[in-house]
Amino acid sequence: MSVYPEHRPAGQGEPFVFTAEMKAKADAHIAKYPAGRQQSAVMPLLDLAQRQNGGWLSKEALAHVADILGMPVMRVYEVASFYTMYNLQPVGKNLVQVCTTTPCWLRGSGDVVAACEKHLGIAVGETTADGKFTLREVECLGACVNAPVVQVADDYYEDVAVSHVPGLLDALGRGETPKAGSLIGRQTSAPEGGALTLKDIPAKQGA
Amino acid sequence: MPKVTVDGTELEIAAGSTVLQACEVAGVEIPRFCYHERLSIAGNCRMCLVEVEKSPKPVASCAMPINEGMVIKTDTPMVHKARKGVMEMLLINHPLDCPICDQGGECDLQDQALGYGFDKSRYSENKRAVKDKNFGPLIETHMTRCIHCTRCVRFSTEVAGVPDIGAIGRGEHMEITTYLDAAVGSEMSGNVIDLCPVGALVSKPYAFTARPWELKKTESIDVMDAVGSNIRIDARGPEVMRVLPRLNEDVNEEWISDKTRFAYDGLKRQRLDRPYLRENGKLREATWDEVFLAVSAKLKATAGDKIAAIAGDLADAESMYALKELFVSLGSKNLDCRQDGAKLDATSRASYIFNSGIAGIEQADVVLLIGTNPRLEAPIVNARLRKRYLMGGFKIASIGPALDLSFPLESLGAGPQTLSDLAAGKHGFAEALKAAKNPMIIVGQGALARADGSAVLAAARKLAEASGVVKDGWNGFNVLHTAASRVGGLDLGFVPSLNKDGQGGRDVAGILEGAQSGAVEVVYLLGADEIDNTKLGKAFVIYQGHHGDAGAHRADVILPGAAYTEKDGTYVNTEGRVQRAKRAAFPLGEAREDWKIVRALSQVIGKTLPFDSIQQLRAKMAAAHPTFATLDALLPATWGSFGQEGSMDGAAFRTPISNFYMTDPISRASVTMAKCAEVQSSRSKDTGTHG
Amino acid sequence: MLSDKDRIFTNLYGQQDFRLAAARARGDWDGTKEILARGRDAIIEEMKKSGLRGRGGAGFPTGLKWSFMPKQSDGRPSYLVVNADEGEPGTCKDRDMMRHDPHKLIEGCLIAGFAINAVAGYIYIRGEFYREAENLQIAIDEAYAAGLLGKNACGSGYDYDLFVHRGAGAYICGEETALIESLEGKKGQPRLKPPFPAGAGLYGCPTTVNNVESIAVAPTILRRGASWFAGLGRPNNVGTKVFCISGHVNKPCNVEEEMGIPLKELIEKHAGGVRGGWDNLLAVVPGGSSVPILPKSICDTVLMDFDSLKEVKSGLGTAAVIVMDKSTDVVKAIARFSKFYMHESCGQCTPCREGTGWLWRVMERMVKGNATSGEIDMLEEVSREIEGHTICALGDAAAWPVQGLIRHFRPVMEARIAAYRSGLQRSAAE
Repeated sequence: MSVYPEHRPAGQGEPFVFTAEMKAKADAHIAKYPAGRQQSAVMPLLDLAQRQNGGWLSKEALAHVADILGMPVMRVYEVASFYTMYNLQPVGKNLVQVCTTTPCWLRGSGDVVAACEKHLGIAVGETTADGKFTLREVECLGACVNAPVVQVADDYYEDVAVSHVPGLLDALGRGETPKAGSLIGRQTSAPEGGALTLKDIPAKQGA
Repeated sequence: MPKVTVDGTELEIAAGSTVLQACEVAGVEIPRFCYHERLSIAGNCRMCLVEVEKSPKPVASCAMPINEGMVIKTDTPMVHKARKGVMEMLLINHPLDCPICDQGGECDLQDQALGYGFDKSRYSENKRAVKDKNFGPLIETHMTRCIHCTRCVRFSTEVAGVPDIGAIGRGEHMEITTYLDAAVGSEMSGNVIDLCPVGALVSKPYAFTARPWELKKTESIDVMDAVGSNIRIDARGPEVMRVLPRLNEDVNEEWISDKTRFAYDGLKRQRLDRPYLRENGKLREATWDEVFLAVSAKLKATAGDKIAAIAGDLADAESMYALKELFVSLGSKNLDCRQDGAKLDATSRASYIFNSGIAGIEQADVVLLIGTNPRLEAPIVNARLRKRYLMGGFKIASIGPALDLSFPLESLGAGPQTLSDLAAGKHGFAEALKAAKNPMIIVGQGALARADGSAVLAAARKLAEASGVVKDGWNGFNVLHTAASRVGGLDLGFVPSLNKDGQGGRDVAGILEGAQSGAVEVVYLLGADEIDNTKLGKAFVIYQGHHGDAGAHRADVILPGAAYTEKDGTYVNTEGRVQRAKRAAFPLGEAREDWKIVRALSQVIGKTLPFDSIQQLRAKMAAAHPTFATLDALLPATWGSFGQEGSMDGAAFRTPISNFYMTDPISRASVTMAKCAEVQSSRSKDTGTHG
Repeated sequence: MLSDKDRIFTNLYGQQDFRLAAARARGDWDGTKEILARGRDAIIEEMKKSGLRGRGGAGFPTGLKWSFMPKQSDGRPSYLVVNADEGEPGTCKDRDMMRHDPHKLIEGCLIAGFAINAVAGYIYIRGEFYREAENLQIAIDEAYAAGLLGKNACGSGYDYDLFVHRGAGAYICGEETALIESLEGKKGQPRLKPPFPAGAGLYGCPTTVNNVESIAVAPTILRRGASWFAGLGRPNNVGTKVFCISGHVNKPCNVEEEMGIPLKELIEKHAGGVRGGWDNLLAVVPGGSSVPILPKSICDTVLMDFDSLKEVKSGLGTAAVIVMDKSTDVVKAIARFSKFYMHESCGQCTPCREGTGWLWRVMERMVKGNATSGEIDMLEEVSREIEGHTICALGDAAAWPVQGLIRHFRPVMEARIAAYRSGLQRSAAE
């Protein structure tokens, strides 16, 4: 059984309020939707709140988002608990998410998870004592031709081998942001060794 | 109308109906868990699958609209296989704890498993266990039993308008909960217990106390407010075990308020189960003979204009009729049934009833509330207003305190000044009211139970007349009462009667004034507990009632009566609908049905009332007051001039109910209601937004 | 093999810049105004003639879908919603289109929006694709600045707004009505149908939901003509398609190819062949996790298109080819899919909420062999109790991989059970 993150939002003990910068971003999101449909902005606003709040959504943050959008907080809570990217409990500074769905598993994601566990000294679902890492298994990240894939913050690390794990995690632990993408130097989703097609892209196609 | 075929029978059915409705019309029962007539369609339980010709897959009948020529089959191998499959899925994670489940014996899942379940489980994995949630003092949760039909979520969101219940998480980890385990903040939350098709949400006060098959079920009428909700009282021996709603589309549909449902434990506490006499300042136990002699002696020795009677909020019509007849025979004109001093005019029935009927709210398009908070005074009426709001094209505004009715409304102002402005057309809403097809005014007791109440009533009448609220085929002038006895009392003329010279008897204020001045020497309280007892002066107080509440504490003689569950009684609800409550249990101890007490007393006094049975009483009552001859119906009342035009003071209207959960001797004695009040008050402190 | 000149996604791998100038050099936004000037009916007609079938998995004809939208508004606005919630395991094609060729999608959104008379379009992109959403937003901003979107888009006289909406981690939002719910700010739980989105979709208004690829290929089809597109592939299965080849191949990759290309050719030409050679192939899941698995014997000859794969009781799905060589524990591979569906079930319908977990738990035992042969039949039956009994197709998608496994690999499962039992007996004997 995969470890399920706790549904119930923890308290952060102090009111949550968007910073001026975040509030401006929130307003820009709300403006995308027709008048009276501001509820549509609940997901982007939860995302902003989570970013401001160190990677998780407290009950105070949920209340603030509900307040801005004029939504019952229960409805906000339903949304926050439904989508996996919202964390209702604090997480480590680096949320390391290893995709283990079949395409990644076929290419060794199980070993990658084990390597992460070993290097961090924690099991999947746990957070390191220093609060630097939370390790999670996630479902398909949609980068299957670059499997195995590990997501940290907003970036994908692709073609990850066990040998990459210590270096990657150590760099993250030092507060660095390692270069995202293929760790074996592939050009995105092209076959290893270089594209076999599209070598000669016509300037303009067709008629 | 489109034609469809259900199991070979062709029938016509209204366009826009669903397949499930077509099946019901055809008399074919479709199993269901999530579907409920009064809630939005969720289509999630999948139990109602049927076969529809040309559809390769079985179809969820609750959600599928019918088409012309549709051929529906409910008894095919495909249907049976599908339903058996769904039933198996419902059961794999459902605990086999029926023997200790309060829903046992009245469980939809249990019933339908008989029809569609396998005889043994093929599920050899561990069953899911779900942590129970806190829903407050009324609803006990056993969330492992939940089948995720979401009826409770839809009820709270749609009907109650209090989005406190939700479904969090997803997949097999989806859980029904309140936000952070808070109590459900609705005055009608208990209805989710009835809606829950399994034993996930059950009654907390009823928990583990009885099995449905050992209960005697009595169809009756509620008295916790003036709605007259139709209820079923389930009793075991002398004890009321629970109260459930009965369907009445015109009154309460199938909902009841939490007070109606849960105040019954108040019937077991602080009861008056024997007569008492005050001797040397102390009440002592007495016999009926003793108390009757004492009362008789006092009444006989006192002149008719020095005795008075006040009927309380729970009094049945029979006892009020009997008491009125007795007092008339004693020469007293000092009678009043308006404990709160509301300036209601008993001479014009249209002036004091909810003329449109509660169901009439659904026809209204613009509503003005004057001095009322329907959510606290009559949650069922408020639910109907919300239902109307959800239908769309509805405008509602209020004059009075700020309200949270669970739907948006415009606040026009606080008191009579706003009413004058409206009447003078000085307010934009006046136009909306005039322009409405079926405008409605709802006047609450908060607008009438004040010194200028009669002027307010007149002003409301004039506004109604000027705005087309009363016209051919529509009377939207509505008075919302809070007391179950009030309309019956007014219908019976249980008000001060006038002499030929216009000199009248005393109303409640007059009685209290007289008691203080010595002009009134004997006061007979028929279950009247909400008057200001400190103003009873030195009067000799006779209290007839069922609870040791305020009235009994002041009494010199106590005549133990019966609570509404313990007697056959007639109640007239705020609409003017005459309904009969039935006895579900016997009165406690020495206590007797109230009309019998008055009848027995009359004999002791030597003014024997001319009826020996309740049938005789009712016949005489109906002869004298013809509205009582027609049960369970609304009789149109003749419009007339009422209220006394005059100056209104500037004071804001106040809602008569501050604590919804404790409004009468029964609910005040209820531990359950006390718990609810406590939760409510802590919630108000937390948010400061309620009410 | 498809020639480069017939490839639509010429910057699939991001060899060039994704921004407007480079996109224009590649031919995007070329004559868009003239395309719009042809009028709604002509555009829809041309799309119908092209034979394009939706690229999101179900293969519904795109032009036909557009034609369902009301020609005249009844007062409600119409919307285009682009399904960029790419999450079907094995699939990662939309990602490339959005991060490397976003202007194709944006131009397609304008044209599709125009064709269905939409006031605005929303691109619902899965939340994990943060960088892809960034690129897409940059490209949209460029398009606005260049007058290609917004008021009088491309000088056509048509006003059209386009927005990006990020999801937050829910595979089910790839189901079009769940996506609409999510876009409205709710849990992504699929809606009952009818009503279909074309009648009542986003905010109760007429809505067309299309996959990224379906929309992104539209401008090229309209520029080069329906007959060009229809001339590629096989009848009823025309055009080009971006395939994602993952798993046990030497060089996993995305590649745009002609519909109907033989599976073997696709793997060998583009993905460097199966690890250890074709004969080391065990099985292929040819269209993303939802479609039933195919054993090597079928893979030898099957063509990669809707009808060919349907004939062998599988499907083209999203054309995500997941390759498994003989080292694969195929039971475990499918069990992992079962876990995926359990995790991604929205929880709404009984059979899916309860059944996906049941499937996974039994599958986990099957991986060990801790089961009986009769339980294989039960597993099959349970999958049939889910299939076709739910509001959306996730229930079907959970059932099919298991059914495919039983259909083609029952002996493997039986052998596993036998081995487990004999292991028990051995340890009992010791």
